[in-house]
Parts: sequence; structure tokens; C-alpha cells
Amino acid sequence: MPFEWVVALRFLREGRFQTWLIIGGATVGVAVVIFITALVNGLQANTIRRTLGTQAHIVVRPLEEVATAQRQPEAGAAVLPRVQARAQRLRSIDQWPAVQATLERRPGIVAVSPQVTGPAFALRGDANKSVAVQGVEPERYRRIIAIDDKLVAGRFGVQPGEAVIGKDLASDLGIGLDDRFRLVTAGAAGPVDDAYTVTGLVDLGIRDMNRRAVFLGLRTAQALFDLPGGASQLDLKVDELFAAETVAQQVARETGLTADSWMKTNDQLLAALYAQTVTTRTIRIFVAIVVVLGIASVLVVSVVQKRREIGILRAMGASRGRIQRVFLLQGAIVALWGSLLGSALATAMVVVFLRVARNADGSPIFALELDPWLYVSSALGAVVFGVLAAVAPARRASTLDPAQAIRM
Amino acid sequence: MAEALIELAGVRKSYGVGTEIEVEVLHGINLALAAGEFAALVGPSGSGKSTLLNLIGLLESPSGGSYRLRGRETAELSEAELTALRATSLGFVFQFHHLLPAFTATENVTLPGLNAHGPVTGERREAARDLLRAVGLGDRLDHPPGKLSGGQQQRVAIARALSLAPPLVLADEPTGNLDTHAADDIFALLRRFNEERGVAFLIVTHDPRLARRCDRIIELVDGTIAGDRPNAAVRGAEAAGR
Repeated sequence: MPFEWVVALRFLREGRFQTWLIIGGATVGVAVVIFITALVNGLQANTIRRTLGTQAHIVVRPLEEVATAQRQPEAGAAVLPRVQARAQRLRSIDQWPAVQATLERRPGIVAVSPQVTGPAFALRGDANKSVAVQGVEPERYRRIIAIDDKLVAGRFGVQPGEAVIGKDLASDLGIGLDDRFRLVTAGAAGPVDDAYTVTGLVDLGIRDMNRRAVFLGLRTAQALFDLPGGASQLDLKVDELFAAETVAQQVARETGLTADSWMKTNDQLLAALYAQTVTTRTIRIFVAIVVVLGIASVLVVSVVQKRREIGILRAMGASRGRIQRVFLLQGAIVALWGSLLGSALATAMVVVFLRVARNADGSPIFALELDPWLYVSSALGAVVFGVLAAVAPARRASTLDPAQAIRM
Repeated sequence: MAEALIELAGVRKSYGVGTEIEVEVLHGINLALAAGEFAALVGPSGSGKSTLLNLIGLLESPSGGSYRLRGRETAELSEAELTALRATSLGFVFQFHHLLPAFTATENVTLPGLNAHGPVTGERREAARDLLRAVGLGDRLDHPPGKLSGGQQQRVAIARALSLAPPLVLADEPTGNLDTHAADDIFALLRRFNEERGVAFLIVTHDPRLARRCDRIIELVDGTIAGDRPNAAVRGAEAAGR
């Protein structure tokens, strides 16, 4: 082993109590950073997963129809038009199969699914519920939303004459699998009234949606809403979750359609997540500062205690740089030990947390993500901070006057 | 006289330069030491002996004058070059032996080699053990300094000073805190290495009894050399006494 290593390790072993003290400090610091990061990451991932469980990353719709004033002002005269905003009717995206094909080829987008959505009434006997109908192509829709995971009964069958409905809607209507109900719409061409067989019940995680959700096949919905061959919106899935807004803006520009990303429709949620991230970062910075100060103060004491030995080493021909490295190395070694022990401690804390924090049914509240990268980056960070902490003590040690140090 | 190992010409040393309490401790020292000499540096407390030894040992730099070590003018060397020169040319033995308590006797002796030549090889470790056997510590090779007596610790320090076979060893009161018997043993050991290996010694001592057993006695009074005489008769007496 080279000189610096031999001396640094021996000094650490000699000052056993001090060494354990700083390793302990570094351990707690690293453990807190890893645990908090894992906790917040897990919480955020869980929140996003829940939010996006029932939402497409990007929804593309036709532009809203705008009414404009017909009359142009004459020369020298001004017109104060009062134009009433137009009522928005259900429309199809123009040439949607072509748009879909274009979007599918676009990098960054992994799935596209056409949909016809609209309002209707679900009827059975005297019960009469307002519902939101989504007409989808099951194969494509599954790539946007893991709808099969949300099935609580039956299957996701939307052949003509079949429907999948929210579980609360089912109980409101008093129906179950294989029962029939009617859907009524007030289409432009007069009311449409058809009967459907329930093939599956879904739980979308939000009660209000469970009361209103009705899934049909795309063609069925086209007929229901009098949009033959049309699609009122395209759902997109992107590969980079947080690039959704950028992609949405590009899509809007390229297609001339309205494209809203989940980030825009959930901006309050994103603001909350961001605030959380900033808080975590602040905590991490302060923990790092405390650990650095702890390591530095103990090493400074150790330099003072070892003045004479440092003087001997210098007299022996050890250069200033070498003495400096001996102490920098001590900082790095204790930090590395601290990060190893801290990683273990953080893992233990996570295990305990998962055991304690459980839903009423015994399932974990959310999954904590223990990313290996989190360990690696914490270890690297700890070593960097350990070396930083040792800079001042090391400089002190290297500038000791050997003649004076020896005479002490 | 053989080629000079060290050569000081008009060396001065002041402390507190530029302040009101500027003190000149050494006033123009002229001194040369040849290879293989065995010299005592004596003088009352405060006469500047330790300062002179530190200058020769490159632990401090002179305020004026010229100091050549093995023919090189030290004032022209950088801090790094001085450190390297110190590592290979000089050995130190201090009054309070100054071993590193966290290292065993053998490890203390291998430290200078570890510093100068890198990781300790089996060969160098064996050389260190041979040196410890030569100073009479063959049965204490792996003891930590805390488990050795004062005399034994000083023997380890001597072995360490000699481990890189420097041409000159500087000893500051090497027997200062030892009883007479142990002091005689240590002194005899220094003499033996001088005769067997040709190592030059410059020994600062308060003890006139020991000074008389050196080949040359340099006397420092108030920062100047008050006396510098050979002590030729001593060699035979020392040999007879052994």
C-alpha cells in the first residue's frame, strides 16, 4: 500500500473513538438522504401513476369553433361587434386516420388510440343516469391505459351490443355482468336508443368516474353520436413522461389541432410535486452541510493531536502534498464507510416503513423505490463531501512547521 | 579532510523578521562536516544548538549565508526538492524519540522507505528487521512503541534514522531523557554505526561526559561558534572501553 493509505488508515484506527464518531455522522447523513429521496420518489411516482392511470399523456382534439363578426368596418367608421361564442358541438378530427398514422411514426410517441367520447343517459327501468361514453378500439386503448388491470369483474369486451361500465354505475343501475341496459343520446338526427350487455365492470380509482364511465366499441360510439367513421379525440402515450408538454406543443404546431398534455391538465399537481422536490433538495443540502462540518471539526482536532507525528513524517521527508493527501484520504475513507453503513441503514428504514405504513387492507400505501443509482450517487456524493470536509484540516496539517511541531 | 558533506558559510538565522521583536539567533556560522565524522555540538541552553540542527536538517531555512548539503546550495532548491533531499540524505534522532505510536517497531523503521520508494516490499521489511536486530531489538520487532522502554524506543528511532542509509544523522539530545546506563548503550550504538557503516553523526548534547567521547567537539555560545576542536585521543579510549 502507498504511504498515504498506510498512514491514513493507521491514523483512523488509532483515533478509534473519533473515527467512529465521524463515520456515525456520515452514516446518519447518508441514510437520511437516501431514505428521504426514496420516500419522495416513491410518493411522486405513486401520485403520477394514480393520476395517469386513467388519463392519456396527451389528448389531441379538433380546434374549438370560433364565431367571427361578418361585417367589416367601413372606411372611417368603427364597428363594435358583439359576437356570441359558438356552442361547441361534437366533431370528428378531420382526416383522423392520416393524423394517427403521422403521429404513430413520430419519435417520442409510443402509442395512439382514437376515441369517440360524448354524453348519454344510461337507463334501466326507472333509473336514469348521466354517463360519459368512450368509444375505443380495445387493442389500441390498452396501450394507452392498462384498462385490464382495472377490471373488477368480467372482461373488456366492447363488440357491437356490448359495454363495459364503472362499478358504481352498475350498482346505481342495479345491474351486473351479462345484464342489459339502455343508452340514450340526444343526437342531431334525433334520439338514439340502444340496448347493451354488460361484459365487464371497471374500478378507475375515482368514485365519480366509476359512476359515469361507459366503454363501447369505437364503431358503436360513432353510430351512437352520429359521427360515422369519425374520432373526436386521439389519445397519445409518450416514452418520456415529463416531455409530454413539449411533445404536445410540437404536435399542436404540426397538426394544427389542440393537444393538451397531462402536465397542463394537472398543473397544480405538478406544482405540488415540484415544491416537494425543492424541499427534499433543501433537506439534502443541509444534511450534507452538517455532515461536512462534523467530519471537518473532528479532523481538525485530530490534526492538532497529531502535530508531533506530522512533524516527524515531514522530517522523514514526507512532502506537504503527501501530508495533505493523508488527511483528504481520511475524509474520503470515513465518508465511504459512512455511505456503506448509511445505505444499509436506509434500506432497513425503508423495510420498517413498508411494514408499518400500510393501508387498512394490509397492502403497502405505496411502493418505495430503492434505485441502485440512488445508492451509487449517494456514495459518490458522500466521498466528494468527505474530501471537501477534509480540505481545511489537510491544509492545516500540511502547513505545520515541522521544526516547531517536533519540539512540542 | 575528505570532501565536505555539509558546508555552512556565514549562516544567520533570525526570528520575527520585520517585527519589533526581531531576534538573530545565529550570527554567521561557518562550519563544515566531512563524511564519516562523529561530532558533538555542545553549548548552554539558548545558544542556538537546536536552531542550527534544524537548519542543517532542512527543517528551517537560514536568513542569510550559504548552506551546501552534498555540494548543493540549499537556498536554490524548492520546497519539494528540499523535502526529497531530506528524505535521502538525512536521518533524525530526537530527544523524545518520536516514534509513531500507531505503528509497530518494524513499521516505524520501514516508514522512511515507504515514503521515499513506495509500498514496502518483503525485502525492505527484512532489511528493517535486520536493522532492529542490529540495535538489539530482535525480540521486539512487532511491538508497538507503547510497549517499549525509553531506551528501546530510542533504539527504534536510531534504526529508523538509518533505514535509508543516509550519509548524515542528526541527533538532538538522543540520550537526554535516559538514565546513565541506557545513555551509554545508545551512545555506543551510534558510535558503532559510525565505525561500521561510515555514517556521519552530529550529536547535540548537554552531557560533557558524552561529548568527550566524540571525535570533534563544536561549541556554540550565543549564536556563534566559540570552539571547534578535534578530540583525537578519544577514538582509542572508546575502542578500549568497549
